This record gives sequence, structure tokens and C-alpha cells, in this order.
Amino acid sequence: MTQVKEKERKLTIARAMAEAIAQEMRTDEKVFVMGEDIGELGGVFGNTRGLYKEFGPVRVRDTPISETAFIGAAVGAASDGMKPVVELMFVDFFGVCFDAIYNMMAKNTYFSGGNVTVPMVLMTSTGGGYSDAGQHSQCVHATFAHLPGMKVVAPSNAYDAKGMMIAAIRDPNPVVFMFHKALQGMGWLGTEKDAIVHVPEADYEVPLGKAVVTRPGTDVTIVGITSGVHYGLKAARILEEQGVSAEVLDLRSLVPLDRDAVIESVKKTGRLIVVDEDYHSYGMTGEIIATVVEAGVPLKAPPQRVAYPDIPIPFTPPMEQWALPSPEKIIEAFNKMKEV
Amino acid sequence: MIPSQEQEKWMYKHMLISRFFEEAIEKIYMEGKTPAFNMANGPIPGEMHLSNGQEPCAVGVCAHLTAEDVVTSTHRPHHVAIAKGVDLKGMAAEIFGKKTGLSGGRGGHMHIFDPAVNFSCSGIIGQSVGPAVGAALSRVMQQKSGIAVAYLGEGAANQGAFHEALNMAGVWKLPVIFIIEDNSWGISVSKRASTAIERNSDRASSYGMPGEFIPGNDPVAIFKTVGLAVDRARSGLGPTLIEIETSRLAGHFMGDGEAYRPAGEKEALLKVDPIPVMKARLADVYSWTDEDDAQLVADAHAVVDEAIKFARDSEYPAPEEAMEKVFV
Repeated sequence: MTQVKEKERKLTIARAMAEAIAQEMRTDEKVFVMGEDIGELGGVFGNTRGLYKEFGPVRVRDTPISETAFIGAAVGAASDGMKPVVELMFVDFFGVCFDAIYNMMAKNTYFSGGNVTVPMVLMTSTGGGYSDAGQHSQCVHATFAHLPGMKVVAPSNAYDAKGMMIAAIRDPNPVVFMFHKALQGMGWLGTEKDAIVHVPEADYEVPLGKAVVTRPGTDVTIVGITSGVHYGLKAARILEEQGVSAEVLDLRSLVPLDRDAVIESVKKTGRLIVVDEDYHSYGMTGEIIATVVEAGVPLKAPPQRVAYPDIPIPFTPPMEQWALPSPEKIIEAFNKMKEV
Repeated sequence: MIPSQEQEKWMYKHMLISRFFEEAIEKIYMEGKTPAFNMANGPIPGEMHLSNGQEPCAVGVCAHLTAEDVVTSTHRPHHVAIAKGVDLKGMAAEIFGKKTGLSGGRGGHMHIFDPAVNFSCSGIIGQSVGPAVGAALSRVMQQKSGIAVAYLGEGAANQGAFHEALNMAGVWKLPVIFIIEDNSWGISVSKRASTAIERNSDRASSYGMPGEFIPGNDPVAIFKTVGLAVDRARSGLGPTLIEIETSRLAGHFMGDGEAYRPAGEKEALLKVDPIPVMKARLADVYSWTDEDDAQLVADAHAVVDEAIKFARDSEYPAPEEAMEKVFV
């Protein structure tokens, strides 16, 4: 029997997320969506487009601008047998509702000795690069990943976005699903073409907590997540022209963290660069380097990190673009390692 | 809505169980904490917020509820938990930090979860409210019976969470009731000093729902008013906000010197302790005799003693079990 190759179907992350949610809503009536502008508008970032039309206002609920109320309500609904998918429009807005997130959503399972589950997804947009300044451009990956009790994932492409969203909805634990605005495929936010990939129509899961080698290599490991993966891939292409074989590892998930995949890759290459659009200090980059060092992986050069400087994200393009990670900064980090 | 004799007896009995439970906890809490008071010492370590005096708020509401109804409570949860039917042995053991506790000792007295009767509480002021709204939404969406009741203190009515959640419940006309236990003190700051209006129940009009104020810390009055709100919720007519004037006969927590209380306040409150008041009412209305009372008191003590003994006799969890149940 000859296998029929599935026709290529390239989707944006936004469409892949909406498709994943729709498929789960069709098969599980306990799944519903709640948040600001996720109804008729389809989400400010497009990731609930079409849901309102198909499922109506009861299961696709526009809320007041009351994040504490609707995230708190999601905790209560999830504990009562529902599977809410709620949207915090910009992750920067966590300031108004973090009690509901880290003191309730993330702790109720533990504080109930596992007798109460909170199967909800909190999806939220991250990232900058389009001059929205420091209250609408942050990633704050580590702020969430630091706090126990919630899974934290962030896809870099549409295939992973669909599979991870399905896995997140089916997970009995709370999952924070971070999507980077510049990867959404919304033209007005700039579009990362590498994020738009083939997405099978069928439903499938991408397991949470499993990193993936996006591009194999032998000389240096570039670890990233979400936008960091794309900076890494671009740097790897430039390095290839210089005869350097860079491996790009997409973490995909911060909690659980696939430490084994990081260790395995660095064991092979002996060099490590970690890329993150989140702030430099006390963040993911330091955690990954510590993982490798604690494991005693032999290193050919001190590990390097390319992350956002410890400053509020500035508005003006020259400043913001200067501060963002970039392929050039990754190359520079690699060159530093060569000097050792 | 008038309570039957049986309902009044049920309320009184649960007030007694609650009070005796708190008295037992209060006594054991001080073990190992004298002469030097260190919160970490003794068989019951940590903060302890006793509910003495607030029993009417628990029984007058929960008399209308069944196990399927959802209740979210506060950092001062014992009386409500008892009236809601939470497993008392499991709760006591949880308060002692034992393996047999409702949560295996992970939660303690401010984090009591008993899904068998849909009870939970939180140590964060104002965070009882959102989850109750969500549970009410869940019942509507699943077309399942049952309503949700959120308890909060009068201090929590100044939290943003309260206003957000009430507005959303009002917009969606959800089967949820908000019960403010107004004991007039937020730790040491009086309601007068912290709240711009006299009655938090007046705030209901901002959220398109009825607001009721119940004076007098009277279980029967609470029963009557809450009964109407429960009927409203069960018949799909939407949420209600109810403020109950109650009294905190203990400190904010154990170890609170209560120097902030005006002279004579506590003595005056103790004179209208709701438990003897309720006993007198039963005698008056239902010819409740001292023998009847002695029997009920003995029954209540027996229930409490059994729970406390269970907690004391239980083993502590293995420390490394701390690593379990973060995820399921």
C-alpha cells in the first residue's frame, strides 16, 4: 500500500491555536473559552478566530476587563469539572491578577493533596519588537516558570502550537500557554515566516516538557524558546556559512524543563549559548547554564547568554531593536567562545 | 422563609460543634507556646484564625445548602466548613499537619479542601469570590444543579477582586451568593476606618443585584434572608449580596493582644454571644429544656473529641512527600 503524502497545509500559530481549541471543543463539551475580546473579534492576536461563530456566546465568552474575576472564575470552573481556556491578553497584565494565577490556580491542587484538580489553560501573548514599550512587550517567562504548580509552555511554530494546545487542554494541571506576538502570523505585528509551517488537520498532541532539536549540529548548542529559537536558527545559518555547525534546541516548555535534552546536546557540542527574549538576570538563560554546569558536562568554553538587558523595554525603535536578542549577538557570543 | 424546629436545632448543634472545635483548637494551639509564644511550636503550628462568634453566618447559610452546592471560604474557615459538612476528622488532622489530613498536611488551617462536599477556602483576602463565580458558571454551563456561595470578610469588600467578580456575576446572572461576614475588624483596622460607606450591602446596586444587610448576628434572621437568596439563585434569577453583622470574639489570630479594641467592646460582644442567645431562643420558642440542651452539648463534644483524638493519634507524613501532588 502506498502512503499518500498529506498535502502541505501551512498555518500561522494563531490559526493553529484556534484550530486546536475548536477540535477540543467539538469533542469535549467541558472545554470553553473566556477572556477579553476573544468572542466576535476572534482574539486581538487571532487565536480564537472562528470559535464564536461555531460555538456561540455561551462557550466563547467575552468578559469584562476583569482579569482577577475571570481567571479566578476559571479556577472555580476547572475545579468543578470544566476545562476553561482563558486568555490574558498581554502577559504584562499579570500584575492585576497574579493572586488568581499563582496563589490559586497553581496551588489548589497541592493544597488539596491532589484531591482537587485545576485543568485550565491560561493563554497569553508575549514579546516585543514593534515599539509597544515596556507594559505590552515583555516575555516574563521566568516569572511564571519560577513559581511551582503550573506548567509553562511557549511554542515557536504552528505545528507545536497546535499539538501543545491540545496537550494543554487535555492536561489535568494548569498550563500557561505563552505565544509570542511576532510569531502569530498577524501581519501588523511583523511575521516570522519560519513559524508558519505545515500543520496536520487531524488532532495530535505534542507532549509538554519535551524539547526538540530544530536543527542538528556538532560545534555549538544554541538553546532557545519561542522567539529565541528563531534568532538561534538565523544565527545557525550564518554560522554554517562560516563553517560552524550549530545545533538549535527548542525547549518548547519551561515547566517541565527537559534538562536531559540540554545536557545531551551540550555533551555532543561542548559549547552552549542560551537565547531568551526575557530579562537577562535570574532567568531561563541562567537556569539552563546551571543545569549543564551542575551535570558536569565538559565544556570547551564558558557558556554564553543572549537575553534582554535588565531594563524596562524602551519605546523608540533604535533603543528597542538594540536591546532585543539578535542573530548578530549570538554570533558575537560564539566568537567570544572561540577566543577562549 | 421560616426555619423549622428541626432546622433551628440543626443550626444550634452546628454552632456548638463549631464553638467546641475552636475551643479545643485554642487550647491545643497554646501547647508548647508558653511561656515564650513562638508560632512555630506545639502540635498546631502556624497562624490560627478562630471563628468564635461568627457561627451564625455559617449555619444560617449552610442550612439551605446540600453537599452538591459549592462554598468557598476565607482564612477563617472552620465554622463554615463544619456547617457545610466537611469531614471533621480530616479537617482536624489537616490542622495538625498529619498524613490523614484532608490534604495530607500540605494545606493546613487556611487551605481546607473537601471536594466530597464542594468546600474550599483560601488564605488570600478576596480570592474566595472569583472561584465561586466560576463554579456557578460551571453549573449553568453543565446544566447541573447546585449553586455557589462565596464567603468573605468586610475587609475583603475593599479588594478589587470583590468588585470584579460581583460585576461579572451580575452581567452573567449567575447562581451565586456573596456572604460578607462583617465582624467590623480587618485585623486591627476598623470597618469605620477602612470603608467609605456604612453598609457593604449597598454596593450590590452597582452590580445589578439585590443587597441585604442582616443585623444582630442572628441565625434565624440569616436563615430567612439567605433562604430567599438561595431560591433566587436556584431558580435562575441571579446573584445576591448579603452582609451579615457578626462578631469576632477571638483576636484576628491566636496571639493577637487586641490592644486596638475600644475598652468594653469585647465584654459587650460576649454578653450577646450568639450561642447562649440561640439556646435561650430554643427554650423560649420550642420549650427547649436543660436536659435537651445537655444532650446536644454532649453530642457536639463527642463529635469534636473524636476528631481531635483522630488528629492527635495520626502520624505525620514523611517529609519527602512534600515533593508529591504539585502536579497530578
